[in-house]
Amino acid sequence: MSLLLDLHGLTKAYPGVVANDDVSFEIARGQVHALLGENGAGKSTLVKMIYGLVRPDAGRMILDGDAHAPDSPLAARDAGVAMVFQHFSLFDALDVAENIALGMSDPSPMRDLAQRIRTVSRDYGLPLDPGRIVGDLSAGERQRVEIVRCLLQSPRLLIMDEPTSVLTPQEVEILFATLRKLAAEGTAILYISHKLEEIRALCDAATILRLGRVVGRCDPRDASASELAEMMVGSALAAPARPAHEPGETVLEVTDLSLPPAHAFGTPLRGIGFTLSKGEVLGIGGVAGNGQDELLAALSGERLSPPGSVRMGGRDLSRLAPEARRKLGLLAAPEERLGHAAAPDMSLTENALLSGHIRKGLARRGFIDWSKARHFARDVIAAFDVRTPNESVAARALSGGNLQKFVIGREILQAPDILVVNQPTWGVDASAAAAIRQALLDLAQGGAAVIVISQDLDELMEISDRFAALNEGRLSAPVPAASLDVERIGLMLGGAHDLEVAHDTGDGAGIFERTKMKQAAR
Amino acid sequence: MDLSAISATLLVASLMVAATPILLAALGELIVEKAGVLNLGVEGMMITGAICGFATAVETGNPVLGFAAAALGGAMLSLVFGVLTQIFLSNQVATGLALTLFGLGLSSLLGQGYVGIKPPSTARLDLGPLSDLPFVGRVVFGHDWVVYLSLFLVVATWYFLRRTRAGLKLRAVGESHHAAHALGLKVRAVRLCAIAFGGAMAGLGGAYLSLVRVPQWTEGMTAGAGWIALAIVVFSSWRPGGVLLGAYLFGGVTVLQLNLQAAGVALPVEYLSMSPYLITIAVLVVMSARGSKRSLGAPADLGKQFHATH
Repeated sequence: MSLLLDLHGLTKAYPGVVANDDVSFEIARGQVHALLGENGAGKSTLVKMIYGLVRPDAGRMILDGDAHAPDSPLAARDAGVAMVFQHFSLFDALDVAENIALGMSDPSPMRDLAQRIRTVSRDYGLPLDPGRIVGDLSAGERQRVEIVRCLLQSPRLLIMDEPTSVLTPQEVEILFATLRKLAAEGTAILYISHKLEEIRALCDAATILRLGRVVGRCDPRDASASELAEMMVGSALAAPARPAHEPGETVLEVTDLSLPPAHAFGTPLRGIGFTLSKGEVLGIGGVAGNGQDELLAALSGERLSPPGSVRMGGRDLSRLAPEARRKLGLLAAPEERLGHAAAPDMSLTENALLSGHIRKGLARRGFIDWSKARHFARDVIAAFDVRTPNESVAARALSGGNLQKFVIGREILQAPDILVVNQPTWGVDASAAAAIRQALLDLAQGGAAVIVISQDLDELMEISDRFAALNEGRLSAPVPAASLDVERIGLMLGGAHDLEVAHDTGDGAGIFERTKMKQAAR
Repeated sequence: MDLSAISATLLVASLMVAATPILLAALGELIVEKAGVLNLGVEGMMITGAICGFATAVETGNPVLGFAAAALGGAMLSLVFGVLTQIFLSNQVATGLALTLFGLGLSSLLGQGYVGIKPPSTARLDLGPLSDLPFVGRVVFGHDWVVYLSLFLVVATWYFLRRTRAGLKLRAVGESHHAAHALGLKVRAVRLCAIAFGGAMAGLGGAYLSLVRVPQWTEGMTAGAGWIALAIVVFSSWRPGGVLLGAYLFGGVTVLQLNLQAAGVALPVEYLSMSPYLITIAVLVVMSARGSKRSLGAPADLGKQFHATH
């Protein structure tokens, strides 16, 4: 393999932080090169320099023998660099062809372009209809649009910034097949991720960044996931400790909870029933869109349910609003951090106040006790190692992992009797995720009951006492997690009522395979 | 009352004249909003255009120069808004409102020596035998050149937005400025150009009022036409064809109520004068009750502040 891109001594500093410090590495033609690192390690800044969005303070790049110093994405594209963004750079109201034309330097006329889109997308197994409005597409299809946009320019280097975070397991498989095909044709791929299993399955070289510096290089196929994680984090990751315990008294009883969907694309809840006892962690798994958000809303009080369907210690909660449930000790942390769990433009203090004012007594007779509120926010920041300059920073300014730690910590420090969390470690790096899981276990250890709704099966296996699966708004009967193996979980996720279908469509099986892959990685 | 006193020919012909100022201003604002900027200063830019055009036409004796000066004046004023909102990142709503107030004051100041003067007239285009045709000749072929320019601009705007790459870029900037920036589009430059175009169009619309429709200069003579232009953009679902429809509908109601008054309809004048505004409100309510923001066609990043973060 011959050398394509040579990065030498790249440095970029922002006020107060050095994002990249003397970063050097090489990418060969046809190589799938992983760029590994935790949130804030400087991965995004580095690729933005290669793509011409940011100019380095020092250092040089050599692309195929020529100096590469793009001053705009346009120049980078002309040099043969294409990029698929972490947050989609798509326009919802425009159609597929228009979106693709916008990302190209010299697009052909629309009619030819539509034809080329059809051809290329079919060749690479990513079928796309150029006339569809992007806003109507699924996450996987939207990503196809971005990839096809890159492919149409026949790039020499394709940069992918965390491409799999929004994809279903099946879509990940399709993506990997496409990337392998591209690599076989000689395109170099720079693949950014912190999902170690994926990198081990796909990449043939890896550079690891920590705090803006290169801390290691390896062949990910030869390294174990825990070795990679250790290089990323800088210390060995401790698996959460979960001492055995006897089930306590029942604190939450959900019986025959049914709700119609909240909106046109929602899932109804169908006769959900379970009990939860003191000190227990109940894990609820399932593929996204099977009723997770709806279940959380029904438990937190965002949506009221039929009388008698949610009872806490004999008391009927089903018609109580979130505030009243908080008062009684049932707290919840929803999945969407910005806009649901936290108000993006409000400070951390204000966000702490919004959910904590009742249990922490942060408001008296309608007046806010600001010093107490600030104290509470500071406590959360200190206890959960939230990296932020201070508590007056807007929630939006925090990285995903840090905000997640804040949101979960805010609820835990209110000493709930019952805590419901949805996707507690989604988009969070390995060490932060481990910290959050440990905090949830500690909470249960202290006698609280915890419900963890998650799509990460490893996470659920690691922390739950009992496990149940959500499928099309139905919840399977919870079973002890220790007695489960991967195969059984795969079947539960597919829905016990249609086992064959699940196998045929690969729906349950896909997850199942992926989990196996993860296990093999350990 | 005597409805036969209302001549259909004159009604349609004067409808087109009444609609032209708001059509021009609304087309400009359509482009501005398609680029994601909400400029509430249309009224101020229109009246500034009205006095710039009037003064220039009176001084030079040439109405064409007057219209050019009006476009220039409107564009200059809009760039004040552009610089404040795009470079100094001020709030668009507040700045737009301030622009209206500023424009009203500035125009009164400029217009002090021009009250009561008659401007040089803008001739109707003489299209020979075409203009002599019954009804059609008067309605379709009997107008001044600005009416035809405004109709041409409706088509040109549609073609620009739908068929050209520059138009696609403009829509992209209005739809998601972050995505557009990531793709290397110059968000600020696109928006400044759109704002200047919007100002020029509002200026033209204002000059049409002071040079053709009224034609003379009085303080505050736009009398809310800029606000109506803003409403028409929403009414049109951000489509040039809809802007034409809205402007002519509105012009029609205005002219009709004048004619009804003249014909002595036994309804208080005030009801008739408020009817266009009531209809606008009713249409806006019906439209937004009917669909979500997206089906309305509003640019997703309309009125949002863009600050490149790298």
